[in-house]
Amino acid sequence: MTDRVLPVILPLPKALRRDASSSRLCLSLWHAIALAAFVALTAMAADAATGQPTRASVLVVLARWSPLLLRGFGFNILISLMAMAIGTALGVFLGLGLVSPRRPVHALSWVLTEFFRNAPWLVLLFFMIYMLPFRIQIGPLSIALPDWVKAVIGLGLPVMANVAEIMRGAVQSIHPGQWEAAESLGFTRNQQLWQIVLPQCLKRMIPPWMNLYAILAMGTTLASIVGVNDVVTLAGQVQAAEGGRTDLLAPLYGYVLLLFFIYSYPIALLTQRLERRYAVHI
Amino acid sequence: MPRGFDPPTGWTPDQPLVAIDDVHKSFGEVEVLKGVSLSVRRGEVACIIGPSGSGKSTLIRCVNALVPFQKGSIKVLGIEVNDPHLDKLRLRKHVGMVFQQYNLFPHRTALENVMMAPVQVLKRLRAEAEAEAYALLKKVRLEGKEHAYPGEMSGGQQQRVAIARSLAMHPELMLFDEVTAALDPETVKEVLVAIRQLAEEGMTCILVTHEMGFAREVGNHVYFTDRGVIVEHGPPAEFFAAPRDPRTQAFLSQIL
Repeated sequence: MTDRVLPVILPLPKALRRDASSSRLCLSLWHAIALAAFVALTAMAADAATGQPTRASVLVVLARWSPLLLRGFGFNILISLMAMAIGTALGVFLGLGLVSPRRPVHALSWVLTEFFRNAPWLVLLFFMIYMLPFRIQIGPLSIALPDWVKAVIGLGLPVMANVAEIMRGAVQSIHPGQWEAAESLGFTRNQQLWQIVLPQCLKRMIPPWMNLYAILAMGTTLASIVGVNDVVTLAGQVQAAEGGRTDLLAPLYGYVLLLFFIYSYPIALLTQRLERRYAVHI
Repeated sequence: MPRGFDPPTGWTPDQPLVAIDDVHKSFGEVEVLKGVSLSVRRGEVACIIGPSGSGKSTLIRCVNALVPFQKGSIKVLGIEVNDPHLDKLRLRKHVGMVFQQYNLFPHRTALENVMMAPVQVLKRLRAEAEAEAYALLKKVRLEGKEHAYPGEMSGGQQQRVAIARSLAMHPELMLFDEVTAALDPETVKEVLVAIRQLAEEGMTCILVTHEMGFAREVGNHVYFTDRGVIVEHGPPAEFFAAPRDPRTQAFLSQIL
């Protein structure tokens, strides 16, 4: 509404937005082509350099191990989806705390958000791996906590903080007149939030939320460092199983890069499209 | 008396519906209202005019407790607005407000905008609220626009939806905060027509406005504010024909 009246001053916020989101994925199809070419070229170069007919060609090795590597990649996706689900669920609560008019609630939420938003993901992962027991006992129920579950929790925490921040930003981007109008119609604070403000926020939250997911999907490779059998760990094991051939390193990790690209690129495209669409209609 | 009107304890129609007495309001160091007093009787239309930054908007925001103030008293239907234990809902059931920027809810259609508060705040039956919302939109000449979203309507249409939305709460008092200031000149008239109709039906109104012609025609009493005080007031005929204060004279000569 107001925003409609102000297209004249749009260039500035737009420029700022581009600045603020320097961590944003900017993938293009060229990256994929370059990556695929890289895998093929390094494979061929490796083959040509060794020139030993007894060794399997690099592409054959890649093909042989593909089922395993893909399973490992599927594990990365599973971890990312679960961390996103947990992080989003907790993040919505934390976000509600951030926009709460009650000072203690706001302060606590703010501390949690800032802490987990500004902690390195890897450190959080190590923290969870060593802090959480491998088994928790709740009465007669015994729940095993394998490393990958701990990794899900460890990655879920920064996601939570980022979702909370996305939510706070969206709520603050709603024109204050919306609150005033709702208030003057007698809506309670909770009704104002849930009936008027949050429904308008949802649309604005989807693009940054998807961007966060794409970053998280790539962040799951950190789990390899804490001993989860994800695609990066498996790539290392494949190289070892092939007798530690150094000529395999570049094509193997190039292959992993390609997998992540193929997964993240459509998400990035969709995010951009949604952003563009909502930018017009807000 | 309109449906749903329950005069709060102690108020009788012979008392002013709005009694503003010596209101002081500052934002930090800046004092925007320096002792404003005025009263509006039932069925009266009070117009507040004055230069930008003279505290007009702040004053009517104080009337429905959107803005707290430090000193003085505002009584609406006998309800003390500055009471820290004020039941805001009780006050706001009686006071409608229309804003310069319309502030319609963009995710809801015109009809939903009008019926939301009656259903959710007054807990009225959906069907009943919907029927009334149709009638109110018809009243502001927006038949056929019931299912349009605010983004699909012109400023004048949106502002008329905003008026209908306030009326759906059956207020005793309507506050208009520069409601035509953001409109295209050609749509100003359709909004003013809707307000005039309300005034003619006997709705008590306080208008902050820059439409001098409208204030003269529809207002029962005109107040001129400058730098946080009411400089001069009177019936519009006298006020516009023979302003006494030099500040009023200067302002009117600039604007008319």
